[in-house]
Amino acid sequence: MEMPTPSQNVLNRKPELVKRLLSVLPRDAVIDHEAETKAYECDALSAYRCPPLAAVLPRTTEEISAILKICNEMQVPVVPRGSGTSLSGGALPTADSVILGVARMNAVLETNYPDRYIKVQSGRTNLSVTGAVEVDGFFYAPDPSSQLACAIAGNIAMNSGGAHCLKYGVTSNNLLGVKFVTMQGDIIEIGGPYLDAEGLDLLGLICGSEGQLGIVTEATLRILPKPEGALPVLIGFDKNETAGACVADIVKAGVLPVAIEFMDSPCIKATEAFAGAGYPLCEALLIIEVEGSKAEIDEQLEKIITIARKHDPVELREAKDEDEANRIWLGRKSAFGAMGQLNDYMCLDGTIPVTQLPYVLRRMNELSEEFGLKVGNVFHAGDGNLHPLILYDANKPGDLQTCEAFGAEILKLCVEVGGCLTGEHGVGIEKRDLMHVQFEPVDLEAQMQIKDVFDPNWLMNPAKVFPLSSSADRRNASSAMG
Amino acid sequence: MNIFKPKTESDVAQIICETNQGLNIIGGGTRGVVESGGNSIETKGLSGIIDYQPGALTMIAQAGTPLKEIESALSKEGQRLPFEPMNSRALLGRVGSPTIGGVFAANISGPRRIQVGAARDFLLGVRFVDGSGNILKSGGSVMKNVTGYDLVKLLSGSYGTLGVITQVAFKVLPIAETQATLIVDGLDDKNAVNALTTAMNSPFDVSAAAHAPSKNQTYIRIEGFDKSVLYRSEKLQAHLKKFGEAQVVEKSQSESLWSKIRDVDVFSDKTSDIWRLSVKPTAAPEIVSSIGFHQYLYDWSGGLIWGALPQGSDPRLALAKFGGHATRIRGKSGSVPRFQPQTKLIAELSEKIRSKFDPRGVLNTGLMV
Repeated sequence: MEMPTPSQNVLNRKPELVKRLLSVLPRDAVIDHEAETKAYECDALSAYRCPPLAAVLPRTTEEISAILKICNEMQVPVVPRGSGTSLSGGALPTADSVILGVARMNAVLETNYPDRYIKVQSGRTNLSVTGAVEVDGFFYAPDPSSQLACAIAGNIAMNSGGAHCLKYGVTSNNLLGVKFVTMQGDIIEIGGPYLDAEGLDLLGLICGSEGQLGIVTEATLRILPKPEGALPVLIGFDKNETAGACVADIVKAGVLPVAIEFMDSPCIKATEAFAGAGYPLCEALLIIEVEGSKAEIDEQLEKIITIARKHDPVELREAKDEDEANRIWLGRKSAFGAMGQLNDYMCLDGTIPVTQLPYVLRRMNELSEEFGLKVGNVFHAGDGNLHPLILYDANKPGDLQTCEAFGAEILKLCVEVGGCLTGEHGVGIEKRDLMHVQFEPVDLEAQMQIKDVFDPNWLMNPAKVFPLSSSADRRNASSAMG
Repeated sequence: MNIFKPKTESDVAQIICETNQGLNIIGGGTRGVVESGGNSIETKGLSGIIDYQPGALTMIAQAGTPLKEIESALSKEGQRLPFEPMNSRALLGRVGSPTIGGVFAANISGPRRIQVGAARDFLLGVRFVDGSGNILKSGGSVMKNVTGYDLVKLLSGSYGTLGVITQVAFKVLPIAETQATLIVDGLDDKNAVNALTTAMNSPFDVSAAAHAPSKNQTYIRIEGFDKSVLYRSEKLQAHLKKFGEAQVVEKSQSESLWSKIRDVDVFSDKTSDIWRLSVKPTAAPEIVSSIGFHQYLYDWSGGLIWGALPQGSDPRLALAKFGGHATRIRGKSGSVPRFQPQTKLIAELSEKIRSKFDPRGVLNTGLMV
């Protein structure tokens, strides 16, 4: 994955930059020693690393505004960072950039139950938002797998989803307002504790803009009362096609589960060997979870099971209590770890129309033979968001490149059947150069002109999202000035 | 005054390329978005459902497709537009047939918005022609998509100021097996909003919560499978006991009640200005009394206020200290702006975005400023 050549001019001015940053920040908020900047050299796409010029860890919105004013004036690129859990390289620095981390801004600013919102600083982790309200029976719905570590800032940047978004939606559906700092250092408040902010939907635009339009420092989030209970059912099939058809029938029948998770046979085998969750070694496995009171859960599960039986499942296991529910979820939750035991892996994130599931899985297995790398699938079937895990050996020369080429073919396949490159992880650097598969140049131009409005000099996370060749003129214009 | 009636997306592009003056963009013309005068472009000729996948809960349609055609295709499969778009014809005294493109361009959402989200939350993809005649697309037809910037949300609710939407892909949901509404009589505004927010704070999955002072009634709707609705309706009655006994109406009675609330049928006179306010629910009663609406209705557990004021009045000064925003839905344009004026920085950003998509200022000129 290519990154732009760092600006020598910016590198030369590091002492001046550090001095100016120290004039607006306390000593402990500026990290400029090479030994320490290394801690910020990558995110969860760890195949790519590059220590930044410096990292700053501000504590207030005003400090962020001051930092951005300095960087804008000195034409230094800024890479925003939440908790560094991006799987697409969203927080990968370049050597001439400043990492702006919001980790120290993690306070709860306001909790309001009657109006069902919480206002937090954006460095707060996803799970700790729920943590702040669950004792009172509330939760924050978007639940990306990394929720223990990932920050709300990153969730907003990537418009993160999770296993339960089939019912509750993704980040943008649960975000009511933000405090936001532009590259010029302007502090802007958009939306608030009311629905559908006025004017053009800038909130919707900022959510999912991958930290390219500005830094979100505070967020007002929708919180919801916790359901009375939830239980999953596990259903095994001897064909991917049948499992896919079963999902479509359940959705059509009017049952809206909170989650429909799908595992294919390579993943089931790996998971069984690793976690021993007692899964049947079949071709395809569904875990379907429903919510409500005991009686409501029974009613929904009965409908789901009736539909599933029509598709001749090889296994059907209903959780009767929390213990059994945990056993069913155990395998799903250890799936990534299990695949990681086998080898290094790359996790993809394309979305397809649910109806194309059998074809896509079949084609993926053919590609697996062609490229000589194994692939396992564990994903959110209800909304067609695939997570193919390609296994490769990082120590074997050329294997990463083969893996990336294989990954690119899978994502092209997703687009070909009417889907998209990324459902919840974001484009970052990982899918940047595939954007032309999904978009015409004119579509990318329309998106890039949005960035021109917010960040005319292309300093905020500049080498992400758009193919480097498409954004080159804009980025070079700014570095020529720097 | 010309009315252009394109039949294809490329017709739209050609009309925009060739125009040298402003164009009003009209779907069904039922929402009173465009004020009269000047040339218009009508999207009715761009009609038809392109793809419908009930098993994937997605539909793709041309923007000018009549809403009733969409709703009838969905109901045949037991599905619906979950965000419950209002029919504004009676309120605005309009005739004509609303289009699906208009629903999304104006982000029209009804009572269920509070449970499932707004129109913009269900819009998955758009094709549109910008003010320079470029044919553009954003999003797609799948439920989860974070590929590139979310221009889909930007276009939804932009009232045609950034482009003429030619095609929309959206998510739908199953129609609930049944519904029931709890009705509590005789609550004052403050107690009513308190009852509504208390209901929304319960785990019983309320799908709409409104209060009609004119009828002295407070309404709470639940939807789902038969047994579940029965169970939750009993639970909610107990949960709300301190607000008084609730009577329960079911199915068709409940449905017709909510279609009236959705379409805001509380305003008896045809001359007042009608305002729509989005606010923090618990602040709503105080906002209403500060502004002094002579007739009004609370939806979204208080978060949405529909209110009537004499012509030319401005509710925004009174609203300012509470937060939220106000849009005039009915009434002549005068010195009071129809859309909520924005803070300087946001207005500048919005204006710059608009000038990127419509550098010549030909699309719905004068709207949303």
